[in-house]
Amino acid sequence: METFNGTGVSKGYAIGTAYVIEPCEKKSAAHTAGNSCEEAERLKGAVELSKRQVKDIAQKASRSLDGKNAGIIESQINFLDDPAFVGQAFTLIKGKNISAETAVSHVADSLYAAFSHIDDDYIKERAADIKDIGDRILKNLAGEKSGIDFENMPENTVLFAHDLKPSDTAQIDKSKVSAFVTEAGGRTSHTAILAKAFGIAAVVGCKGMLGNVKTGDKVITDGVSGTVLINPDEKELSKYTRISEKFKTENAKNTAAAKRAVYTKAGKRITVAANIGTINDLKTAISNGAEGVGLFRTEFLYMDRSDMPSEEEQFEVYKKAAQMLDGRPLTIRTLDIGGDKSLPYLNLPKESNPFLGLRAIRLCLKDTGIFKPQLRAILRASAFGNIQIMFPMISSLGELSEAKGVLESCKAELRRRGEAFDSCIKTGMMVEIPSAAIMADSFAGHVDFFSIGTNDLTQYTLAADRLNENVSELYNPMNPAVLKLIQMTINAAHAASIPCCMCGELASDEKAAAVLLGYGLDEFSVSPGAITETKSNLLKKASAGQ
Amino acid sequence: MTTQTVKILNKVGLHARPASMLVNTAGKFGCDIKIKNSEKSVTAKSMINLLSLRAKMGDTITIEADGSDEKEAVKALTDLINSKFGED
Repeated sequence: METFNGTGVSKGYAIGTAYVIEPCEKKSAAHTAGNSCEEAERLKGAVELSKRQVKDIAQKASRSLDGKNAGIIESQINFLDDPAFVGQAFTLIKGKNISAETAVSHVADSLYAAFSHIDDDYIKERAADIKDIGDRILKNLAGEKSGIDFENMPENTVLFAHDLKPSDTAQIDKSKVSAFVTEAGGRTSHTAILAKAFGIAAVVGCKGMLGNVKTGDKVITDGVSGTVLINPDEKELSKYTRISEKFKTENAKNTAAAKRAVYTKAGKRITVAANIGTINDLKTAISNGAEGVGLFRTEFLYMDRSDMPSEEEQFEVYKKAAQMLDGRPLTIRTLDIGGDKSLPYLNLPKESNPFLGLRAIRLCLKDTGIFKPQLRAILRASAFGNIQIMFPMISSLGELSEAKGVLESCKAELRRRGEAFDSCIKTGMMVEIPSAAIMADSFAGHVDFFSIGTNDLTQYTLAADRLNENVSELYNPMNPAVLKLIQMTINAAHAASIPCCMCGELASDEKAAAVLLGYGLDEFSVSPGAITETKSNLLKKASAGQ
Repeated sequence: MTTQTVKILNKVGLHARPASMLVNTAGKFGCDIKIKNSEKSVTAKSMINLLSLRAKMGDTITIEADGSDEKEAVKALTDLINSKFGED
């Protein structure tokens, strides 16, 4: 039996079977060239798969983009047949007896270099296509060797990885995976957020475990204390079976409690809403008793794809979410991309300081070609339910009025088109930059609600990167400076008679609940898996004090 | 061998979409096909090579085909270039 410790970021216990996702670097390094026939066969398979993927993307694009752009994507297929590209890679494999990976990298790199030096901008851009295609083939070569086999996973699988990327987790079968364990990551990592949304246990920052666990090992994951046991003995097994049963009973009680509404002693109704990224999250949220959605992270609609989602595509998703909520509010946050989340097809410049750079509303105001289709989609969906719009990363009044101006122009366009929408749609802003919190009283008169994003507010106030393990001790949303900004924001909202919500991780922090209730926070928006626990905690605290 | 010179008439020249159409057409024939622009000569069956010709509107290129279906190939490619690749 071996024991490893990390940070428990999603409560729960899992007794199950390990599945180890090998890190990417290891894969290519470990792959030595087989004989040249085998390598050529591998390359052929990866190229065929790439062709199918590109065709699929081109087809989707032709539905959502104009024909010319679809044609450009389609022309990538030619690269996959090109004697100067893939053909050259085959020649290298046969002539030099090297692996398919080495051959593809070599050809793609040299073509990329040649194309980027041509002084014709249009042709220079094709260098990006070449890189794209090269990367795709390499990815498919890697996938073919040790892609994650989601289909044949046993029940109660515990996923072990260095880190989980959105592209790894997109196809996870929730009914089979019962916990995540990663070496990297902190409380706000993708792994943590996903585990909470799934309502399964997760331990992150569990260093050194990867060399000591192999697929098929029996493992215990304790998402409360952050302990991971590999091949546990009988004593630990029976202990954890008992704890896990007790936890499940407790959870069932909380679920029952979640159906009740929370009132403070003074009689004020407190709502518990959900933070969601996908329709699947929303299903979990509704079954856990969410009283609405306080944050719909629309980034997930834009991620893991090679083109921008069209107005129509977005409209369908927002409409579906609004209808599922059946009159309960759906707060849609406009695109928050940049920072740690980038999109390959936007070609955003590399920034030395991405969290202080072109992200979220700044990007949307700069490129209204991204912003407007989303706003139109949200507006159109508002005809089908109770939708509110929320702008992220507002730092000045000028930005807010500019964003509202773009929204008005979208409304005008929909009127011209004769499309229905809620003309009184509520418009609010995230308070996640210290300047917005400090000037909250000036902002309050211009919006219908505030929503405090504690993750960014904390990292900007304390100048501590929340993703950097080395300063994670400084990153503390309960720091008095952060709490003071939160209090100022809530006070300013109430002085202007608008509600104030919180959609950061702090909203689900058991220890923070009493303080936040004391400040008068109106709505707690938490991940779908944390709703029942947050609600039962608030029920206790609200009746006890404030 | 069949040879034919053609003037590029479409606005963008031999860029991605036109080059891709050219490659697709050339791929239908069994003969060897070369496209020459000034000094450089490349196979018409490689999009990357075609792009590297950097043929612009007004450039005159030469099509050279060698093989059993060379005449048909040259005609098809000439027609395609003269049709401005369907651009307006």
